[in-house]
Amino acid sequence: MKKVLVLFAHPKFEKSRANTILVNYIRNKEGVTFHDLYEEYPDFHIDVSYEKKLLEEHDVIVWHHPMYWYSCPPLLKQWIDMVLEFNWAYGPKGKALTSKICLNAITTGGSKELYCSQGSNSYTITEFLRPFEQTANLCLMNYRQPFTVMGTYRLTDEQLSEYGSQYSSLIDSLQNEKTVLST
Amino acid sequence: MTGSLLFDAIVFLLGAIICVSIAKRLGLSSVLGYLIAGVLIGPYVLGFIGEEGEDILHFAEFGVVVMLFLIGLEIEPKNFWNMRKSIAGMGGLQVAGTMLLSYLFFILIDFDWKVALVISMAVALSSTAIAMQTIDEKGLMETTFGNSAFSILLFQDIIVIFMLGAIPLLSNTEVEAAADSHESTGNLLDGLPMGYQTLAIILSVVLIIGAGQYLIVPMLRRVAKTGVRELLFASALLIVFSISFLMEYVGLSPALGAFLGGVVLSSSEYKHELESNLEPFKNLLLGLFFIAVGASINFVVIAKIPLTIGGILLAIVLIKALILFITGKVFNLKLDQNLLLTFSLAQIGEFAFVLLSFAFQLNILDQEQMDIMLVITALTMSITPIISIINERFILPKIGTKESIKRPMDHIAKSQNVILVGFGHFGSTVGRFLRSHGIEATILDQDSNRVDVLRKMGFEVYYGDATRIDLLEAAGIAKAKILICAIDNPPITQEITKLVKEKYPHVELMIRAQNRNDAYELLNLGFENIYRESLDTSLALAKDVLSKLGFRKYTLIRQVQNFIKYDESSLRRLAMEPKGDDDYLFKVRKELEEQERLLEEDFKRGIVEYDIHWDSESIRKVLKNQQNNAKS
Repeated sequence: MKKVLVLFAHPKFEKSRANTILVNYIRNKEGVTFHDLYEEYPDFHIDVSYEKKLLEEHDVIVWHHPMYWYSCPPLLKQWIDMVLEFNWAYGPKGKALTSKICLNAITTGGSKELYCSQGSNSYTITEFLRPFEQTANLCLMNYRQPFTVMGTYRLTDEQLSEYGSQYSSLIDSLQNEKTVLST
Repeated sequence: MTGSLLFDAIVFLLGAIICVSIAKRLGLSSVLGYLIAGVLIGPYVLGFIGEEGEDILHFAEFGVVVMLFLIGLEIEPKNFWNMRKSIAGMGGLQVAGTMLLSYLFFILIDFDWKVALVISMAVALSSTAIAMQTIDEKGLMETTFGNSAFSILLFQDIIVIFMLGAIPLLSNTEVEAAADSHESTGNLLDGLPMGYQTLAIILSVVLIIGAGQYLIVPMLRRVAKTGVRELLFASALLIVFSISFLMEYVGLSPALGAFLGGVVLSSSEYKHELESNLEPFKNLLLGLFFIAVGASINFVVIAKIPLTIGGILLAIVLIKALILFITGKVFNLKLDQNLLLTFSLAQIGEFAFVLLSFAFQLNILDQEQMDIMLVITALTMSITPIISIINERFILPKIGTKESIKRPMDHIAKSQNVILVGFGHFGSTVGRFLRSHGIEATILDQDSNRVDVLRKMGFEVYYGDATRIDLLEAAGIAKAKILICAIDNPPITQEITKLVKEKYPHVELMIRAQNRNDAYELLNLGFENIYRESLDTSLALAKDVLSKLGFRKYTLIRQVQNFIKYDESSLRRLAMEPKGDDDYLFKVRKELEEQERLLEEDFKRGIVEYDIHWDSESIRKVLKNQQNNAKS
């Protein structure tokens, strides 16, 4: 069974109804390490060597965060800047993350209809997530389609629970996936 | 004219005011000012006071009792117990050594052995009044020197009881008759066998400890409730008087009893009230005492046999200094601390007046010996402050800065950007962090043991009193960018910062403040960079408490930052407001009022809830309202 690392970044988790429900579905799953970045590093002082060790011990990396201004909260960006070191995560000798599965799990306030060329946000979520995709690619990781919960402002608790169990099943299937040799 | 009480009072006060303020302006200890005032108004110069000087001396000795009570208040019982080794060890060595040498000396100059023994007892004792007043004035109580001096003086207070007990044994005359004529030892226990006496002494010590806990504190509580200020002062005096009375009654030194009483009350909530009440009273009494000592110097005797007196004086000071120096060496004092000790305790103390006059009444001493010894006692008291000054001005600076001279110049030049005053727990943390960035501050500290450690680590350290501009200049203040004042004594902090601001306005001052009131005063003096030691740490603790109660850490960190910002701005706002008269006594109450006011402001602001960032719920609400409006 693959081990899953959920890197969760939310500066105001206590006020997020959607993420509270989602996280409850996955935080205590077997084989899942739920890593609450804002609680661990409230002063933004990231313990890089500990983070690298965590990454090495896991096979699936999930960047779980709300979309703020078409990107992630600042601490996750800080995490990317600090942890994904040259010649460790990328660069000529940077092979530490090779073949690990990587994906974003995101929540957006706006509904899916707004994220298209006709909508007020002009672009799709996949396009907004390009920087993450390319980050994963540069680190030779296997970037997957994001898990998205969109339009959270208008979702009821029941609907959010439905998303929660989907999120949980997604993680189940990632855990049980057979290792495919990268081509 | 000299008979009038008012006239005497005017002479004393005027003499004190003029001489002490001149002494202070010259940078000398106030003790010296008082002594000179005494000499001037005494019978041999201006002649304003005559025979009554001696009565005043006895009365003013009570200042020493009050002083020891105050010292006791500063020492918690646990610390006192920790000091037992240095009290017995240093004190024992000092008293035994001095007695032995001076005994031999007086035998050598053909004194009868009994006389020599009594005199050597008197010589072994130093002046608590002079030494402690000087140590206190310079803020040196917390140094190795301060502790050692205090230990020795305390031991002397204890041993004097045995000396007073031993003197009658040397007498040929009837002890009873003599005891009657001596009021201070005429006590209840004279007739009792030794065992009962010891028992009574132990009982009275227990009584003081018990009364402190179960009688005095409840009494003070009741008195404080009345809100009548002078009653607190009256209670403070009552405590000291009663203890002294009890102690004299069982034949113990009142000073020792007062000290014990102080220790017992040191952990009570009235510690500071008692201190602020008795402090001015003590200072005035001690001042009076020093004046009386000055006035009692008998210049007629000196003029009669100047060489004899000069010789004995010199010998005694040398003997005392030598033994003190050896004691310091045995107990591993650093050279500079040892020199301070050596010179500050080299005088004969006020107990000598008691011992000598007691021996005189018992006919052990004759009139001439008595006169000579009294003159010498007063002279040693006057001379040691002068020697101490010579030591501090000319000898110590040479020792204190010896090592920095050996160092290559570039190193010194590099390190002179920042001066750090005070290297205790606060200053050392500052210094370590600066050093970890390659910034080697020039450090000034009062404790030479600390100084020694720092030197070994390669810090540039100057030993000494940072309120002296010459020391700051030696540390390179003229070229410094920043001076960090990290000491825990607000009055000295103010003194240093004011001095630097006046003489070297280009130096940026970064100042440690103890609390809000301290910060107000510094702000009102026009200082900007003020760091309250009680602010950040307490908030860090509060933050962690809330975190353990389930609050999110990142939110807490932001709120702590908000709180600090708010508190700093309210500090600056409140500092501007007039504080009314700065009544020392009611400072505690003022602080409480201040606290109440802050809490009230917090309450009005409500629970901090203005951090609305990343709050999706508020957006949700707006959208919901829009929806509802659209529907209706």
